[in-house]
Amino acid sequence: MTSFESSRVAEIHRELHTHLPSEPALRVKALESLLVEKGLLDSRTVDAWVEAYTEEIGPKRGAHVVAKAWTDPAYKARLMADAPAAIDEFGYLGGATSHLKVVENTDTVHNLVVCTLCSCYPFSILGIAPNWYKTAAYRARAVRDPRGVLAEFGVEIGDEVEVRVWDSTAELRYLVLPQRPAGTEDRDETALAGLVTRNSMIGTQRDLSPKTGEAS
Amino acid sequence: MSGPDADAIGPLKRKDGEPVFDEPWQAQVLAMADALVQRGAFTPVEWSDTLGEELRRAERAHSPDEATTHYQAALGALERLLDRKGAVTAEALSDRRDGWARAYLATPHGQPVKLDNG
Repeated sequence: MTSFESSRVAEIHRELHTHLPSEPALRVKALESLLVEKGLLDSRTVDAWVEAYTEEIGPKRGAHVVAKAWTDPAYKARLMADAPAAIDEFGYLGGATSHLKVVENTDTVHNLVVCTLCSCYPFSILGIAPNWYKTAAYRARAVRDPRGVLAEFGVEIGDEVEVRVWDSTAELRYLVLPQRPAGTEDRDETALAGLVTRNSMIGTQRDLSPKTGEAS
Repeated sequence: MSGPDADAIGPLKRKDGEPVFDEPWQAQVLAMADALVQRGAFTPVEWSDTLGEELRRAERAHSPDEATTHYQAALGALERLLDRKGAVTAEALSDRRDGWARAYLATPHGQPVKLDNG
């Protein structure tokens, strides 16, 4: 065994036995422990947040809001007029969202949401933004070539349909209200919520399937 | 691929099913940022502006257009904002990072890692 190999073996041995975290993980640990000591953060808050957003929240809240709007015209009117207040009616824990506007798809309008600056996103009702939403490619192309982006997601938009792109900010985020699929007149709110996908509420999906939550 | 345009945008759709967090620290960064916004340590606008600056910096450095780059930028934004606010200085953070690294290296496998502030 050469000395290079033996030192490499020693290095691997050390890594295996110490589990030194990655550089960003170390920095996060350092930051969290300092913030907790300064009373700026409760580590239980961080743990609970991570658990909730990794396991639970996802887009279910948003889907529920959409299904309610489909089945209850009075609710839809309140949602379009003042989305945060209408969403608060559900009583989601943790103050669902303070600055939100709902934009409605129709036969002649398709809405697409982006954040060109960073990754502003209504995560309290849609969960963590998908990775593509955070890419520089999406942030640039959604504005420059929305129809091209939509085509990439398998969404063909006819020329008669206007595509509106909404640029989210820290002060105003957007939720797309997709169209209710045909043939779902007999479904109740819960069944309808199961048809609503995350992408349909961002706008990278247009037609929802009456059968599953998958792209039609 | 059907042409250069599909090539350019193809990766977006391919990312659709990816898990949003590869590693726990990525979720912890967002959790800390949200908690600090909620308690008013900084405003949502300060957060998005600083994150936007970090993302532009990453783009200029030709970092890969991936989730990891985004979370690295979020961590950098959090560090910079807290340093600027005087809440956690860059120096204090660097010292603490080194302290944790020493603690990990000094702790035998299987035992809880404890920070030795000495």
